Amino acid sequence: MLRTLWYSTRVRNWLFQIALLGGLAALVAWIVGNTLTNLAARGIRTGFEFLSRPARFPISESVLAYDSADTYGWAFAVGIGNTVFVSALTILLASLLGFAVALARGMGNPLLSALAGAYVTLMRNMPLIVQLLFWYALATTAFPPARQALNPLPGVYLSQRGIHLPALAFEGTAVLVLIALAAGVAAALGRRRFLGRGGLLWPLGAALAAGLLLILLRGSAPELDMPLLVGLNFRGGLHLTPEFAALMIGLVLYTAAFISEIIRGGIEAIARGQWEAGRALGLTRRQILRHIIVPQALRIIIPPLTSQYLSTVKNTTLALAVGYPELGLVVGTVINQSGQAIESILIMLAVFLSISVSVSLFMNWYNARVALVVR
Amino acid sequence: MHFGLRSLPLVAAALTLLPVAGQAQSTLETVRERGRLICGSSRGAVGFGAPDSNGYWRGLDVETCRAVAVAVLGDRDAVEFVPLTGQQRIPALQTGEIDILPRTLTWTLQRDGNGLNFTTPNYYEYTGFMMPRALGIERVEDMAGASVCVQTGSTTEVVVTDVSTEHDLGLNVVVFDNTAATRQAFFSGRCDALITDAAGLASIRATEAPNPDDYVIFPATRHMDALTPAVRHGDDQWLDIVTWSIQALIAAEQFGITQDNIDSFAETTDPRIRRFLGLDPGNGQALGLGEDFAYQIIRAMGNYGEMFERNLGMDSPLRLERGSNRLYSDGGLMFPLAFQ
Repeated sequence: MLRTLWYSTRVRNWLFQIALLGGLAALVAWIVGNTLTNLAARGIRTGFEFLSRPARFPISESVLAYDSADTYGWAFAVGIGNTVFVSALTILLASLLGFAVALARGMGNPLLSALAGAYVTLMRNMPLIVQLLFWYALATTAFPPARQALNPLPGVYLSQRGIHLPALAFEGTAVLVLIALAAGVAAALGRRRFLGRGGLLWPLGAALAAGLLLILLRGSAPELDMPLLVGLNFRGGLHLTPEFAALMIGLVLYTAAFISEIIRGGIEAIARGQWEAGRALGLTRRQILRHIIVPQALRIIIPPLTSQYLSTVKNTTLALAVGYPELGLVVGTVINQSGQAIESILIMLAVFLSISVSVSLFMNWYNARVALVVR
Repeated sequence: MHFGLRSLPLVAAALTLLPVAGQAQSTLETVRERGRLICGSSRGAVGFGAPDSNGYWRGLDVETCRAVAVAVLGDRDAVEFVPLTGQQRIPALQTGEIDILPRTLTWTLQRDGNGLNFTTPNYYEYTGFMMPRALGIERVEDMAGASVCVQTGSTTEVVVTDVSTEHDLGLNVVVFDNTAATRQAFFSGRCDALITDAAGLASIRATEAPNPDDYVIFPATRHMDALTPAVRHGDDQWLDIVTWSIQALIAAEQFGITQDNIDSFAETTDPRIRRFLGLDPGNGQALGLGEDFAYQIIRAMGNYGEMFERNLGMDSPLRLERGSNRLYSDGGLMFPLAFQ
């Protein structure tokens, strides 16, 4: 009886699965148990209660408002906010630049193509961290000190402290105008998507007009907040720090080089016959690209592009070298201040896993959408 | 490698996942078996811990470690120094990668309660700001709005926010992970001020400023910190050994015993000195060390005053005053405990 069971393929497969799962669970349990014992033996506090204690350390700049009186938990959130912001902005800008570079390379203009080629070679073959440090050194040494800041336009100051710009103080009505604008854009995009026609111009115009009308009716325009040199530093206005600038320039230039090669590869993989067929139909180069080449190339581009986006998200951890407080830098500081290394690193791993999985899921969904449908 | 700069805490965290190996063995036995002591050190704080041009480690913290090596192994060179960043140092000690952490580490409640045991302070210190003299600011109250470069992995991050809040200064803090980047940012003018221990600032000014006289250093707070070598929880004997090795340096200065004159005390009748030098036995045995451990330390390293002058004082590039680090009898905070 047992003998026949052992020779049954189905039972054997199940047994192997159960053994594997059991082994894995035992391994995890052993690691967790051991860790807790060791931590206790070394007198290291464990648990996540520290998240509700005040952090007390500074974070130089953040998308989410932060004050040193906030909790460790909020400090993590602020770090996550910065990481997501930098990742999203890099992916967006690098994709646009990468697409432009790919087109420049394949355009048939020798000078432009050689320039694009040189750019790609240069960026792809140097370590990202070296590039970041280069941009940071440039940003902090190429410009004059704050007190002798360059002032190319009224309210715009360039110095070692970065770029100070006038800011729109969005309050009350101004927020409504922004919402109206966003709604206009969304309506326009939706209309195009579902009706397959329509420009962006009129909904935008309408939204803007509505906004202006609101301002006139309510009598409060967004106010200009001008940067002013007070004592040692500029106060007020928008501040683009050299840390952020160096990080963005470095990440975007580096990532765009990879993306451009992915896009170029996708476009070049489309058979010449497709171009020729398009030309035979009397389509312009732009039309061929838009209606024939790009939709087909996307299928080839999306999977490697997904990997590139994932690397980009992880590459943002290099920001700590140039002093931009992304999640990695915040986690490092939290570990040092609270001593709770394992918990903090677990949080960081979980966050990066979630971001990466989200990017991955989105890209897979998009990939499925553009994939060739075979009936 | 995305975590290149900070792989150590990760490795350290990973190490705690492993079973407790050799936990039964005391640190003293481990060190004796290994034949050398492993000390955490800084990555280039001249005066406290840095290799010289020949690659020989020098500095007050380094020599503190050598004193322990003399007590335990009888050889001041039986030490391995592991350069650690501020971030890495505590996990490295907690996980057993190093035996002692003498690395300008401030004695704080949070650290003490969280896996570290502090031995005895080897340097008393206030946190300071360094600013270019040209800015004309020499006290904290005038610093409103200043940009301050801070290196992460130290207590100064908390000090800078405390100072900013206390005097309502609205300081712009720029936090770096990496020592070189922090200093480069300060000297290039990205920040108005650099904050760290005043002696650390003096060290940076003496070794890295284009012209040291162009920079002023002033206290950030009235509060004094005790920089104290630490060991990990769970080994009381090792805590005692490190504590009393450092105490020996301070006590020797109080007794007037120096590296040069120590052998002239061989015939002394002062019972305190006889016990200190191990001429009357008991002290060494209590710690599990040789009876003459204090004698060996002073013969190899000199007393605390000699170490100070050699590394930080007038015989060094830093030219620091002893200040609070004088003996209590000279108005300082260094207080030798009773060797009996």
